[in-house]
Amino acid sequence: MTVETAKHRELGLTDAEYELIVEQLGREPNDVELAMFSLLWSEHCAYKHSRKLLRRLPTEGERVVMGPGENAGAVDVGNGYAVAFKVESHNHPSAVEPFQGAATGVGGILRDVFALGARPIAILDSLRFGELDSVRSRHLLDGAVRGIGHYGNSIGVPTVGGEIYFEAPYEHNCLVNAMCVGLAKTGKMVRAAAAGVGNAVVLMGASTGRDGIGGASVLASAELGDGDDAKRPTVQIGDPFEESKLLECCLELLGKGLLVSLQDLGAAGLTSSAGEMASAGGVGIDLDVARVSLREADMEPFEIMVSESQERMLAVVEPARVSEVLAVCEKWQTGAAEIGTVTDSSLIRVLRDGELVGEMPVEALVDGCPLYDLEPAASEVWIYGNRRTLEEGASAEDTLLALLASPSIASKRWAFEQYDCVVGSRTVRRPEAADAAVLQIPEAQIGAIAVSIDGNGRRVACDPYAGTVEAVLECAQNLACVGAEPLGLTNCLNFGNPEKPVPAWQLDQAVSGLADACEQLGVPVVGGNVSLYNEGPEGPIYPTPVVGMVGELPDPAKACGSAFVNEGETIGLLGPFEPSLAGSELAKLRGELDMGLPQPDVAAAATACAAARDAVRAGKLSSAHDVSDGGLACALAECAIAGSIGCRVDLQPLRERGCSPEEALFGEGPGGFLLSGARDELEAIGATLIGETGGDAIELAAGDRSFTVGIDSVEGAWLSLGSQAEHDGA
Amino acid sequence: MRWGVLQFPGSCDERDAFHACERTGAEARLVWHEERDLSDLDAVVVPGGFSYGDYLRAGAIARFSPAMEAVAEFATASGPVLGICNGFQVLCEAGLLPGALLLNESLRFTCRQLDLIPADGPIRQGILDESARRPTLSIPAKHGEGRYYAPDEVLDGLEARGQVAYRYAPGQNPNGSARDIAGVRNEAGNVVGLMPHPEHAVDPLTGSTDGLKVFEAVATAGARA
Repeated sequence: MTVETAKHRELGLTDAEYELIVEQLGREPNDVELAMFSLLWSEHCAYKHSRKLLRRLPTEGERVVMGPGENAGAVDVGNGYAVAFKVESHNHPSAVEPFQGAATGVGGILRDVFALGARPIAILDSLRFGELDSVRSRHLLDGAVRGIGHYGNSIGVPTVGGEIYFEAPYEHNCLVNAMCVGLAKTGKMVRAAAAGVGNAVVLMGASTGRDGIGGASVLASAELGDGDDAKRPTVQIGDPFEESKLLECCLELLGKGLLVSLQDLGAAGLTSSAGEMASAGGVGIDLDVARVSLREADMEPFEIMVSESQERMLAVVEPARVSEVLAVCEKWQTGAAEIGTVTDSSLIRVLRDGELVGEMPVEALVDGCPLYDLEPAASEVWIYGNRRTLEEGASAEDTLLALLASPSIASKRWAFEQYDCVVGSRTVRRPEAADAAVLQIPEAQIGAIAVSIDGNGRRVACDPYAGTVEAVLECAQNLACVGAEPLGLTNCLNFGNPEKPVPAWQLDQAVSGLADACEQLGVPVVGGNVSLYNEGPEGPIYPTPVVGMVGELPDPAKACGSAFVNEGETIGLLGPFEPSLAGSELAKLRGELDMGLPQPDVAAAATACAAARDAVRAGKLSSAHDVSDGGLACALAECAIAGSIGCRVDLQPLRERGCSPEEALFGEGPGGFLLSGARDELEAIGATLIGETGGDAIELAAGDRSFTVGIDSVEGAWLSLGSQAEHDGA
Repeated sequence: MRWGVLQFPGSCDERDAFHACERTGAEARLVWHEERDLSDLDAVVVPGGFSYGDYLRAGAIARFSPAMEAVAEFATASGPVLGICNGFQVLCEAGLLPGALLLNESLRFTCRQLDLIPADGPIRQGILDESARRPTLSIPAKHGEGRYYAPDEVLDGLEARGQVAYRYAPGQNPNGSARDIAGVRNEAGNVVGLMPHPEHAVDPLTGSTDGLKVFEAVATAGARA
């Protein structure tokens, strides 16, 4: 075994992949080339274990302006405007350093969106940690929430929604998925494809340092003595001020039509952005690393090519426009340097002061990585363990209080109050006010958009197909509650090691569930991200597909909130809600989790979504909330707490459908809407009437599990996340 | 009547403030941080955000900008100046308002809709006269460094001279500010700073229109000047 082959293994390439590189180059790669190949042929960049599966997803629709393959997806919202959006993971950096990991996760997804020429108008995030009684989980939660706030607040983009779950399988491998939504004039949007032989390649933004050099540090170690590794921290450091200037600068450049194309620098830095721009444009690019502004003067060419320093963008500019571009960059006090040229060579050539230090065919670098088939094997048994935390024989009232205090169900106010949710003057429905965030778009005169992000990994673990369908339905239901119709979907697939049979099966099933649900709902998938190898010493994380959806609604003033609004109104249940304790929060608290979920009826749920949406749009309802974690009892408590109005509810209609009292109270399943309003309006849309609003208590009749509890008591439990999160003990 | 809204690198709420100014029925323009000529303006807003990243200390660098030098001259000539959040911090750093804004008691950024009570002291010629007719104003606050601080004898003086512009309603102080102070004015009454964001309370769709009262009051003062 030669030194070279040992290096490629340390960089994560298999022997066969290395042989393929040698074959495509016609020679052994040098260190610069090996570093670049190892990153672009990584799972993160090449999607080598997921790309074949992702072909199942429906990606086309009348409203799609940009689909998968661009920096972000985008949908047409009318009157010459488009909404761009994407969700992306930053899991592993956040597990190492949660503040910077989460902050740079936000920074990265913002760049993806403004790279299209869209001004970011909202951030949402989907977070997963271990149980909150673990010191590590509290540390990760605190750091990630601070990091998201630090970046989003400082750059002036509101964080309008999100979700957080706490489950033991995320103890070592937390998830930080950030979604950004941007608004663009469709005619001013720009693609990432490089074009125009002879055009200049301009690197803008922060200078390039050794941060985020990741796996390529193996090469550095080979050249330096032991102990120098400390020079190469692999977690990137974020600077929202730098990005704020870069954002304004890029939007001004695009607004003036000065750029041919634009691409952000994310994973694998210059290597991936130059490679992908060249590949998409069918051209070559020459880059001279000596022209890159550096934080440390002695950086090697490979380090410059793979550095993941944040807040950088790569643009293609016509030679006659370069001076104008540099002038705008100077106005915004953002760095800019012409570092290369678009060529007709179909090669990525790396030079240092004009001397060639690396040369690779674009096609080999970007598209040459082999794609693998998974070898899935279904798991019939529950592999994630169980822990009972609710005492046996707990009363129905105590069970409700325990569920509401469970960190995954409890109000996330402690977290979202650390985020600016109002900057930009668009936020019509703030976090927790409604099931989806609502943002007005006055310049387009199209009403508003609604956004939601969802995904319950535990239920996906119980049944990867059904659980993923449920995630899509939950998102669609959240949009329906504010009167919105889905326009497009983005997703982040967070899974374990795809080379192992069970995570492979989970991934395969989840992608099928995602594809089928989107197909049946008629919602195109316009972009996404895959994060694999999420494992701790005890095994894989819960399989966690996170879906983000954007919808439109004509009149934001009519968007329903979840809170009960008036005393003496009728409460109705709409939709194909078949509650079951399988995979429920209650099953978790009892330590009774096992495989299997009922199969969701997507068509019936879609019908219910349409009925709820139309009723909300027509102003016929007072409140709308989907029935989700913790079942109907928790949903009723949430509506009551939010409105400070109690309710009297009889769950007999569910008992008549065959539910036990416990299933009726706490059972979970997709498709259910909890609505309040005038009796005849609820009857008109086919809702099952279950009670009425009023008083200061929640009275639930469910056979031998009937009880009454004051709003004050349930509110205390529901608002306990902050005290649990800031608890100092072990 | 024409408003100027300062724009520093790192400002976040300048467009929101700009639109709030326009809602008063007056003209408005953005003032780039390198500008010095404010002669066309009748009132100035120093907006919220993180000017120059706020890396040294909130507002500590912005106060040295050419535009802020011009704002100091404008204020000395009795021009109405409204500082919001980071703008309040900048005005304190610049010595145009008394006191300082410290890290929130919770050590966390906090974003919350709050009720503000207009000054309880004697109000004579301050530019917030008009808004004081309302009992409370519902306005969002969002900041990490908003704990108003001044020595006790300075606070006593501010209260005695009616320089406390707004207080947080009882039980709603989000940051540990001394004496629940949310905003103060200078002795002449033409410079006002507050931590909550009236520019985010000018549209019934986004929650409240109470903040418009603050802008309208400043506009009236600007038109008078």
